Amino acid sequence: MSSESTEVHHEEHGEGMTRKKIFKVFGVLLGITVIEFIIALWLVPAGHIPLHWANPVYIVLTLFKAFYIVAYFMHLKFERIGLALCIIVPILFIIGLILVLTNESHYWVDLRA
Amino acid sequence: MSVQVSPIDEVKTTPWSGGRSPFNVEYGKMMMWFFLLSDAFTFSSLLIAYGALRFSSSSWPAPDLVFQSVPGLLDSGAPLVFVGLMTFILILSSVTMVLAVEAGHRMAKKEVLWWMVATIIGGFTFLGCQALEWSHLHHEGFWWGHIPNMEELKHLFKGGNEASYGTYAQQFANLFFTITGFHGFHVFSGVIINIIITINVLLGTYQKRGSYLMIEKVGLYWHFVDLVWVFVFTFFYLV
Repeated sequence: MSSESTEVHHEEHGEGMTRKKIFKVFGVLLGITVIEFIIALWLVPAGHIPLHWANPVYIVLTLFKAFYIVAYFMHLKFERIGLALCIIVPILFIIGLILVLTNESHYWVDLRA
Repeated sequence: MSVQVSPIDEVKTTPWSGGRSPFNVEYGKMMMWFFLLSDAFTFSSLLIAYGALRFSSSSWPAPDLVFQSVPGLLDSGAPLVFVGLMTFILILSSVTMVLAVEAGHRMAKKEVLWWMVATIIGGFTFLGCQALEWSHLHHEGFWWGHIPNMEELKHLFKGGNEASYGTYAQQFANLFFTITGFHGFHVFSGVIINIIITINVLLGTYQKRGSYLMIEKVGLYWHFVDLVWVFVFTFFYLV
């Protein structure tokens, strides 16, 4: 039974990641990191964009990197949708914690002032 | 043997009707995913706590002033270069790990072995770099509960109320060592697990088993470590 399911598993995986795709994803991850460095070391210090614009850009780029790592390297894109949802939906709770603590830290600012 | 089947039994062929994994994934691999989910919560709690403390502060040690040395080469003047190298090494070791998984699908033992060795080397290199980074900061006076003196702190901040530098530098030091330490511990355990798996590859355990699924499972853990670093890198070094 278990060896059987492993084999089924195997065949489906064969079409997931080829070497070409792996290097493509590597290129994307490297490219995004290089863009982040260009922003941090050139665009912000030279005054082309203010820091409060750069920060959201960093976060969006980071989320892109996270997507590529989880979807392709960790293969979640090629798993059954049920498994993918089991992993992704609970992650949404983290947004809740971010909202709560952002709100809380605003209050701390007022306390300190 | 003919058995009378009631209509309600006949429809039981869907993935969720039992008898097989609805996710079409092996037990250990699914459990690795759920472990990583719980680990993601741990890391996000730490990072969000860091975010909340930093968000509520009026100033904070500027990353491009704190991290501007390349250990062994430059003491200052090279902001973020060393951490860029560390990020590159970790992404690269993630790539060699996927290549090991890919070779495992083709049952190519020798290739799996070499890609795993490359991944382990990448892991150790990253740990070495982190040790250098830690010792550099420690040398400057940062540690859990310790910060550099006021004269030096003035060079690490960009504006803000000088009276509050001590508090924020201390928060920075504690959070930096706790979070990168926790991540570094994950990298370390990942390297150890990779070594064990590589020994098994060498002994031919997976060749006999007929599947290199174990490489995929440790691969998941290794990529997760890379994933966490992507966030640590952004929130400690860039933002």
